[in-house]
Order: sequence, then structure tokens, then C-alpha cells
Amino acid sequence: MKTVTIDPITRLEGHGKISIFLDDRGNVANAYFQVPELRGFEKFCEGRFVEEMPDITARICGVCPEAHHMASTKTLDAVFNVEPSSAAKKLRELLYSAFYVYDHTTHFYILGGPDFVVGPEAPPEERNIFGVIRKVGVEAGKYVIKQRMDALEIVSMIGGRKVHPTFGVPGGISKPLKETERARIEEMAKEEVKFAQFSLKLFEDIVLKNKTYVDLITGDTYTHKTYYMGLVDDKNRVNFYDGKIRVVDPDGNEFVKFPASDYLNHLEERVEPWSYLKFPYLKKVGWKGFVDGKNSGVYRANTLARLNAADGMATPLAQEQYEKLYETLGGKPVHATLAFHWARLVELLYAAERLLELSQDSEITDPNVRRPITETPSEGVGVVEAPRGTLYHHYQTDERGIVQKVNLIVGTTNNHAAICMSIKKAAEGLIKNGEVSPGILNMVEMAFRAYDPCFACATHTLPGQMPLEVDIYDSRGKLKKRLTRF
Amino acid sequence: MGKLKLGFYWAASCGGCEISVLEIGEKVLDVMAVADIVFWPAAVDFKFSDVEKMEDKSIDVCFFNGAIRNREDEHVAKLLRAKSKVMIAFGSCAVDGCIPGLGNATTVKDIFTRAYHETPSTINPEKVEPQPKYSIPEGELELPELRENVSTLDEVVDVDYYVPGCPPVGEQVWNAIQAIVSGKLPPKGSVVGASDRALCHECERKRLGNKFKTIYRPYEIVPDQEQCLLEQGVICMGPATRGGCGALCPKANMPCWGCYGPSPNIEDQGAKMLSALASNLDSTDEEEIKEALGKVIDPLGKFYKFTLTKSILGRVRK
Repeated sequence: MKTVTIDPITRLEGHGKISIFLDDRGNVANAYFQVPELRGFEKFCEGRFVEEMPDITARICGVCPEAHHMASTKTLDAVFNVEPSSAAKKLRELLYSAFYVYDHTTHFYILGGPDFVVGPEAPPEERNIFGVIRKVGVEAGKYVIKQRMDALEIVSMIGGRKVHPTFGVPGGISKPLKETERARIEEMAKEEVKFAQFSLKLFEDIVLKNKTYVDLITGDTYTHKTYYMGLVDDKNRVNFYDGKIRVVDPDGNEFVKFPASDYLNHLEERVEPWSYLKFPYLKKVGWKGFVDGKNSGVYRANTLARLNAADGMATPLAQEQYEKLYETLGGKPVHATLAFHWARLVELLYAAERLLELSQDSEITDPNVRRPITETPSEGVGVVEAPRGTLYHHYQTDERGIVQKVNLIVGTTNNHAAICMSIKKAAEGLIKNGEVSPGILNMVEMAFRAYDPCFACATHTLPGQMPLEVDIYDSRGKLKKRLTRF
Repeated sequence: MGKLKLGFYWAASCGGCEISVLEIGEKVLDVMAVADIVFWPAAVDFKFSDVEKMEDKSIDVCFFNGAIRNREDEHVAKLLRAKSKVMIAFGSCAVDGCIPGLGNATTVKDIFTRAYHETPSTINPEKVEPQPKYSIPEGELELPELRENVSTLDEVVDVDYYVPGCPPVGEQVWNAIQAIVSGKLPPKGSVVGASDRALCHECERKRLGNKFKTIYRPYEIVPDQEQCLLEQGVICMGPATRGGCGALCPKANMPCWGCYGPSPNIEDQGAKMLSALASNLDSTDEEEIKEALGKVIDPLGKFYKFTLTKSILGRVRK
């Protein structure tokens, strides 16, 4: 038996590691993806002032702190049983839309995109943001950087900071928006809509017009037929900030739709002895192991999952792109893991359009952005769609608002079982008779990169490659061969 | 003179420090003109094995962020210390322990119990817990073991300079990099890329000299946007916190949370804040004082959120 270890891939608030075991004929016997870090938020948040949870839990992730801050702030609304004013809700969603523009842009251009824009088989030294800039041109590269920074600027106008913004209070946000700020946001939002269209055009020219890529996307190596989860509004359209959680089955039919407060009736988590991260699954289907299909409780979240779980997009241009995606890929639901990248760009356009809509809403300069707190705090659940999947925060407090219990199901965690399965399937499809070429490294990476998982948080914003190393050991654990990316 | 060799690494952290480095924007290109990055798992494709092969002290400056939570964090910190001429504790986790350091208010056993047994969504009838070594039919899988206590970087290796903040703001990162590139480094042990004064000195809120009678939780009051938050009875960590960020949180109409750590010449941020509270309280009546300060039900979380690991409290008795 040989072991192929990929370690480190890069950090997932620490580290991610892949071990692939080969049988005697050199084919894949099993594959494991391990998350080797735990910080213990669910324990050390006990005893804290509940109103500080948005700022404490933001430190779970410095790449998507807005998602934790927002889920936590919504949990505070529930804990204090207070409904934020309309202006406050719109400003929260406005900030959140800008955050999505920023976050999806970084993933597409810096992390996921290079595989397609430069090419999955391009030389590794080209397959990064610099390669992307060379391909699209320096001017376009600068344009991408500017649009990304503008979106971040909008986040900091409302949230006060670029990393770890602080604005969420139960019943609203910390300060109103000035008219001059609103006008500036509107101006930037118009450009973000154009930028999202530019990105979709780029995807069409480079990916959709290339049959090899389309075959790769639709091929079996990167496909899993699973359930899909996402927040939807009252018309079953994708929503990042609020709504009900809808789950569709592998045939695309609604399996369940539930409010955040009911999550414990629908989700359970499994513990495995070889990973610090748990494995959520659908309670009413049950855990059947790392398998897909209608009888397995494994579900997926994140971009394509949200599109699959919804009936459409709430903005006109994104809706056109939504229809085009399903027409091109053979109707709903789409099970192709690599199509998460395309869905990300459809969402980028929706986020930009929604940002523009909200920036033109005269109500957002209403000074009434905080509702008074009148009720004794107790318990609450808050949910948002983090870019990487549905994010659940659940707190119980005593009557003084001191946290007693915390439960968190984090975006990437939803996809944990699916990521393991995708890595295994890609490895099975690519490793035959013990032949492990350096080319496999990127193909295995592509299997999980589509999920934009949080262990990619870092590479999100940085040019370059996730460090990969494959060690092949013989059955006595002796290193026989070492392959590195370069 | 050849180009500077820089290394970057993260241990138990959130990734925000990496983002803050990029806040310097196009200046990254200026840095690249005078420096080579020889290790940065996030950005370039060098591995531990590459670092192990380096001569000792061959990295000019290593920026290390993240707290020391598990055995791997500790191992890499020691490895990078050996290979680096200058070791910088970068960001609140490495400097003061930050939020991961709150793990010292509990135990690894209790963290495991909560995460893998108690949480209401967890179904674990066989009482499974992650194992440092686990045998599977095909072989063995390993996980780095958690250390019983979280440590700051300087508790496990010798540290030359400190860059505080959660995360350090981009402008201050640039200040620190400029100091390094120009070779104008202060004495060993200094804080680089932050202010030498308390946060209040850079806060634009007006101080009217008022004192407060009641402490308000942030949701109990809609604070005036212009006046000092502490004067309004909201616990703002400004007086006990090092400046450098530009008072970002008070500008957002939120109190300073204290992420830049203790203000200069202060040993313990929490003790300093308690003293600042007491001296701003408008009462000499013992009962009144007791009632007012009694609202600070969680002094550990309020005063030591970012510095528990480094504080005089340190950790819970285990």
C-alpha cells in the first residue's frame, strides 16, 4: 500500500492536508482531507457579554469577518427579540453586498480563476494572478484591483474598518449614513455592475468558448449528485442577508424550507477521529457515509448550491445570467463542482446590482438605524449566506446578557463531506496504476478550489500558488518519491 | 547590497493579518523592488522542507502572525527563529494572544467536550474525538496535538520586534516595512508600526471633562457621535490601549475594543482600564461605585479580550 500525502495545501485557520492511499495495483483505495486545527470558539465565548459576540466571532476568519459579524448581529436581534429598522436592515445588506463583490472578485481572479483564465495545464509559474494579468492585460489587471478596493472601501464606510469591521448592534447598526457617503457608494456601485459584466464576459470568452473547458466542467470526475442548501427570499430567489433556508434534493425538488430558528430539526453534525472539523448532514436523510445521491444526507452549500436551491435571482441582469448557466449546462440542478466558479460570477453580478439598488434607496440615509432594546435577552439563532455557505450562529444567554452556550456551523463546514468526496473522486479519476504525475497536483487542487473553502482564505488575496507536495511512501513508510509543484 | 530576504508565516490566526499586509496596495511593488520573499505559504511555493534546508539566519526578517495553539505552531516558530536574523511578532495573536488566547480561560478537555459532545447539532453516541494518531485500514492519519495553553510568540522563541493590532492597519504595516528596508530599526524589543501614546490621543471625539455615574452596555445607549464614549458611560478601551490605528472603532461609533494591546509603559491592559474607569466615575460613595462597576460582569472578556495570554492573569488554574 502506498500513501500519497499532500501537505501542506495551505492554511484553513491553520492547515489542510490530503492523504491518498493506493492499493496494491496503484489505484486509489481511499482519500482523506484533514483539518488539523481547532481554536475552541464554542467554549471560550461562554461567559462573554453577548453584544461583543459580533466582534469576537469576526476573528474566526479575517478574510470573511463580515459574514461572522453579520450572522452574529442577526443572532443578537433574535436574542433581544428586536426587529431592526428598515434603514438599518438595508444598510446591513448594502455592506454585505459590497463584501460579496469584494470576496467573489478575489476568489475568481486570484484563486480559482487562474485555472481557467491561464489554463489548468499551464506552467505552474503562470497559473496565478500575474498570469491572469498577462493574459487579460495590465490595464485590465489594474481595473480588477481598483474594483476590489472600491468594494472594500464601501465596507469600511459603514463598518469603520477594512478588516474586522464593527457596526452591528442588536436592533440595528452603530451609525447612520450621510448623503455624501450614499452618493459616493452609488457612484462606485455603478462601476461594480459593469465590472461584474466584464467578468462574466471574460468567463464566456475564455471558458465557455473552449470545448476542453466545458468538457472538464461537465465531466464525471468533478460531479456529485447531492442535496443543495441556500437562503431564499419569499419568492424563492437567492438572498445573502435574510430569508428562509431552502434545501433541494438531487433532482432539484424542494426537500424542505425552514426558518433559521428551526435549524436543529434539519441539521446534524458527525465527528470523525481524523479531523478537527465536523461533518454536517441532513438530519431527515441521515448520515450514510461519504457518498452522494438521494439516500445520503450529504448536501452542498456555496455559490452553485445557492443557485440550485433557488428559483432565480432577484435582479434582472443576474437573472439573465442564471438562465444562461442552466441552459448551457443542461438544466437544473447542475451537479458539476467546477460550475461553482461560474455561479460565483452570476452572484457577483447579483451582489453588484443589489448594491446599486440599495445605494439608490432614499431610505438608507434615514438617521433611525437603531431600535431600542426593551426585552430581556435569552436565546437566538442568526443565519446569513457566507460566500462559502450557509452560516449559523446560535447563542443562549442568561437574563444579564452573558453568553451561556454557543453553537456555530460555519460556511465551509457545510461542504466538508463533499470536499472529501470531491478530492477522492478526482484522485480516483486521475491516479491509475500508481502513476502520479505532477499534473495531478493541480487537478486535485481544482476539486476543492471550486468550493472556495476557507483554507483558501489566505490565497484568496495573494498572488501565487498553494504550496503542494506529494510524498509517495512504500508500505514500510519509506519515502520513495517526492514531487513538488516546480 | 543584495535584496532583503523576507519570510511570512501564520500560526493560530484568522488570516486578517495577511489581508492587512495587502492594504498597502500598490506599495507591495515597491517592497518587491528591494526584497525577495523566501517563505510565505499563502503566496509563494516554498515549503517547510525548503526552510529546513536554509542556512541559519539566512532570512533577514520574518513576520510571524498567529498565536501558538498547537504543536505544529510551536515547531514552525522555532524553525523560523533559527533561520531568521530578525523575528517580528506581527499582529495581536503573536504579540498578545488575541482572541485565540481566550482559550486559556478554559481547558483543551472542555473545548473538546463542548465542540464534540455538547453542541446541540452534534450527534456523537460513540464519543468520538479527534486523535493525534489514528489507524485506518489503509494506514495512519495524524493531527497536530493542541497544547494545553495558548502562548504568544515570545513565550516560545526570542522576538526582536512587535507590530500590534488586530490586524495592524495597512498604514502601520507600511511604517514597519519602511523601518526595516531603511535599516532604521529601533532597539531590540521595541514596538514598531504603532503609536507611542494611548489611543485617546488620536481619537477625534470631544472630551468635555464629564464623568459618568452609570456604565452602559453598548446596546443600552445610543451614544452621541461626537463626544468621548467613556464620558458617556460606555466602556471604551482607549485609555488603556496603544494608538496607531487612527481610532477606527470610535469613528464607527463603537467603543475601542483594545486590539492594539496595552498602551506604552503599561504592563497590564485590564488593570489600567479598571483604573481609568474608576477615575472617570462620578462618585465617592462606595455603594454607588460598587453598583456602577458591578455592571462589568465579565471583566476577563471586557478588559483582556486581546491580551489574556500576556496579562498578569495569564490563564485559568488547570
